[in-house]
Amino acid sequence: MLGLTLLRVAPLALSGDEGGFQPPSIQDFFPPAIAFEGTFFQIDRIWIVRIITTIVLCTIFILAAKRAKLVPGRFQAGIEYLLEFVRVQIADEILGIRAKRFVPMLSVIFFSILFFNITSIVPGLNIAGTSRIGLPLLLALWVMARYWYEGIKKQKLGGYLKSSLFPPSVKDMPFLYLIVTPIEALQVFVIRPASLAIRLTANMIAGHIMLVLCFSATEFFLLHAAGPLKGFSAVTLAGGVFVTLFELLVGFLQAYIFALLAAAYINMSLEEEH
Amino acid sequence: MAAWLSAATVLVAAEEPAQGIDLLIPAKEDMFWSAVVLIIIGVVFYKMVLPMMNKVLDERAALIEGGLKKAERAQAAADKALENRQEMMEQARAEIAAARDEAREQGKAIVAEQRQSAMEEAQRIVETAQRQIEAERQAAEVSLKSDVGQLATDLASKIVGESLSDDAAKSRVVDRFLDDLEVKVK
Repeated sequence: MLGLTLLRVAPLALSGDEGGFQPPSIQDFFPPAIAFEGTFFQIDRIWIVRIITTIVLCTIFILAAKRAKLVPGRFQAGIEYLLEFVRVQIADEILGIRAKRFVPMLSVIFFSILFFNITSIVPGLNIAGTSRIGLPLLLALWVMARYWYEGIKKQKLGGYLKSSLFPPSVKDMPFLYLIVTPIEALQVFVIRPASLAIRLTANMIAGHIMLVLCFSATEFFLLHAAGPLKGFSAVTLAGGVFVTLFELLVGFLQAYIFALLAAAYINMSLEEEH
Repeated sequence: MAAWLSAATVLVAAEEPAQGIDLLIPAKEDMFWSAVVLIIIGVVFYKMVLPMMNKVLDERAALIEGGLKKAERAQAAADKALENRQEMMEQARAEIAAARDEAREQGKAIVAEQRQSAMEEAQRIVETAQRQIEAERQAAEVSLKSDVGQLATDLASKIVGESLSDDAAKSRVVDRFLDDLEVKVK
């Protein structure tokens, strides 16, 4: 609704005024290099965001761990609650008694995604560390490597391939394997990791675009639009606040979903049938 | 034309305007730095945060478990003490009841014995009294006999004016008098 209004108003405004409105663009996610341009360790804005987030994340958790006492204070209780959330709501929920081995991995996935997502609404950082595909993709590949490793360890390579590519649920109608097997192969090799990575990145990109749209429209309406149109700035500002809160929710939700699906994929490898 | 095209390509390549598809294609520096930060976070979590937190959590769990065990032991001890106390109370109550019964029996026996001895004593006293009374009565009778005889004789002699010197006659008179007296008394 809000977006539609903006899209209708924006071109009109642009045609009348050459200054002002700067729509969000894909270039936001490819900021100019700051150092080592063109090399594989090129440094840009997203690098800064990620490094700062990493330092903050590590500092918070190391502080909590170093000061951990038997009777927790407020800070420790909060951190313990988050860790317990991953352990109970994600690992135990999906993996049951086998959960313990996977808690560290799921914790790293959940907290890194959560923190890199939240940077999209931190003033000064203003872009999610996960809004470039590299980080989500690496996490997704890690998940894929783990579920392959667990599957092969549990059922040997042949058994794992057989159980994942030839699901026993359709063994009464073998001709169905002509359809099912390619789909399952695509699932195991491509779709699972790709969907993990793309879902996360796309969500964060969309969130960033929404935020930029709201706030640059607010700026435009307030500073550059003609008289009565200035009133729209209040609407877009409210929209921006709403999207900011929404981003907080999405940031958490995406971290939760990523970790939950990682646990689910690993669980599928551990079960003979699925 | 070809030159123009290649020039354009070079220009495009130099400016590198990002296309939509680039959002899904990982750039090499993106991958590199992502790996760096993920490895840092991974090491921190695997080597420091989770082991340290787990240690504290385990300690806490052990402490709580220990506390629960202790409470359980205390509860068991309390239960045992209560049971003992109740047992003792029961025993004491039984003892008290037994003692009371015994006392009652003894009391009855004592009362009976006392009654018996009291009755015997009373009997004895009554007998003694009767014997004494009898003896006194006899003594009184004897003395009365002689005294009354003497008095009567004296009186009679005074009245008659003569002494009944004859002993045999005197005794006869007296006896008759006494018999009359006895008959009167009876």
